[in-house]
Amino acid sequence: MSTEKVSMNIISVDELCKSYRVSVKKPGIAATLSNFLNRQLHVVEAVKRVSFNIDQGEIVGFIGPNGAGKTTTLKMLCGLVHPTSGEVSVSGHRPKERNRDFLQEITLVMGQKQQLIWDLPPLDSFFVNAAVYGLTKCEAKNRIDELAAMLDLDKELTRPVRKLSLGQRMKAELLAALLHRPSVLFLDEPTLGLDVNAQSRVRKFLRQYNKRYGATILLTSHYMGDITSLCSRVLLINEGSLFYDGPLEELTGKLSPYRSVRIELKEPHQKSSFMQYGILEEFDERLVRMLIPRDELTAAITSILNSFPVKDLEICDPPIEELIGNLFQSGIVP
Amino acid sequence: MTKKIFRIYRVASSLLTAQYALMIEYRAEIALWAISGLLPLIMLALWSKSDVIGSVGLTSQEITHYFVSAFIVRQFTAVWVMVSFEEDNIEGKLSPFLLQPLPPFWRYASSHVAEQLTRIPFVFFMISILFLFVPNSFFIPKLKDFILAGIAIFLAFCVRFLIHWIFAMLCFWNERAAAIERLLLIPYLFLSGLVAPLEVFSDGVRSISMLTPYPYLLSFPSKVMSGAEVNIIGGFAALLAWGFCLFVVSIFAWRQGVKRYSAMGA
Repeated sequence: MSTEKVSMNIISVDELCKSYRVSVKKPGIAATLSNFLNRQLHVVEAVKRVSFNIDQGEIVGFIGPNGAGKTTTLKMLCGLVHPTSGEVSVSGHRPKERNRDFLQEITLVMGQKQQLIWDLPPLDSFFVNAAVYGLTKCEAKNRIDELAAMLDLDKELTRPVRKLSLGQRMKAELLAALLHRPSVLFLDEPTLGLDVNAQSRVRKFLRQYNKRYGATILLTSHYMGDITSLCSRVLLINEGSLFYDGPLEELTGKLSPYRSVRIELKEPHQKSSFMQYGILEEFDERLVRMLIPRDELTAAITSILNSFPVKDLEICDPPIEELIGNLFQSGIVP
Repeated sequence: MTKKIFRIYRVASSLLTAQYALMIEYRAEIALWAISGLLPLIMLALWSKSDVIGSVGLTSQEITHYFVSAFIVRQFTAVWVMVSFEEDNIEGKLSPFLLQPLPPFWRYASSHVAEQLTRIPFVFFMISILFLFVPNSFFIPKLKDFILAGIAIFLAFCVRFLIHWIFAMLCFWNERAAAIERLLLIPYLFLSGLVAPLEVFSDGVRSISMLTPYPYLLSFPSKVMSGAEVNIIGGFAALLAWGFCLFVVSIFAWRQGVKRYSAMGA
């Protein structure tokens, strides 16, 4: 019997496009009157021919600057918005049809939006959701207990939502969204506005949920910590177009053709001695920090170790946060 | 089949329980809404001094009972779905509802029913005050009339809710639809019998009004409750027919509209 892992696309996106018509108006009374008489509309292409596949159980990070098309893509994947063109399949369903079986299998959590009833304790909303998803009272109670334990929620469940902290509210939102045990999770900035501890708790929970139920997760976040700690694969989108789909480490290599090398010397040396190996970033007689091209790294390190009395040597990649941050700031797409 | 019925019961009871708990939180606001529905009693004060009533063959007692009944009918047929749907549509609050295997229609309907249940003690209190200070307005409907009026009120609420729901769907095209609610209030005020019993209108206006659903939303249930002479079978048949037609239109409007949903703000 073959033990080879069979990959199964749970999410399949092919040439997905979405365009909106948006009214354009210049400031001022003349422009307002002109707009009143002749409304100017222009077409915004929010998502342009995006294609990708996601296997069952994968956790994929979907990153890009504000307005890149991440949320619009998520909305199309969960069936909230109808695509202008292209094909989407999630768990074998066409999301835009939003049939019952499809809705039973997915969930969308939006960090900036809530589904819990604001003036009631979360438990009230949970029991409504449980009934809507066809869970018995007993099933609902067991699942609430299980998820509450995973999320470290207890007394918060009987306090009105409006009285909860942002972190507690987000955890309760997650519980409400996962009560029906969906196999596909679309998470749109689930840690938005949370403090470091709450972010870490949510990440831990998502990892546990993924492991326990083999759920597929597509996650957007502006916190690179979410991406680096949860996702081995990332999709990078900018101005509606997907320009990278692959492992996070490969992205690092692609974004930075250099590796950062830190050398501590036993005795002082001249700065000029190191100029031949790469770009010097820091030099202090006994301490050298430099960027060396990846393809020259082995040769350069061998030569350095043979030529200088090295006390300590450290090779690392520049932080991914920095790389992607620079990429989005510069607007340069590889 | 039994499983399906049980599931419907579970969803309905859970929604109503949660919405009722929510409305209890807003009880002070609901009391104010109940008080704001005093228009039929104001109209009673005006019409009871008018000679027109006698000229159309209505007695003072009949007009009093009619407007007291109209006050009760209006309390339990209040609809604000356009306002809440517009808000949810614009702010993206509709999105989580659309991702659940329950049409959002039922959430709005249940919040209305829960609000009406919360109103009951306030309406009872206001009616008691009226009977105390205006003793000649006191009347107790016959049990048969009370039951029939209860059914008529429920059907009238359903028809009114469907009318507003259909117009609320315009939010999908226009984003703002609540202004239409103001517009719908005009035919409702005049053709439903809220500001004046339909008998005071000319035959022509009355005939036209009977072609619309409005007389069945207020005048018909009020007359049933007050024990006035009314075509019971015709009234219920009209309510059911309007309800069926509007339900069909509402499904079509929903299916067309939801395709245009852009999940703004979410």
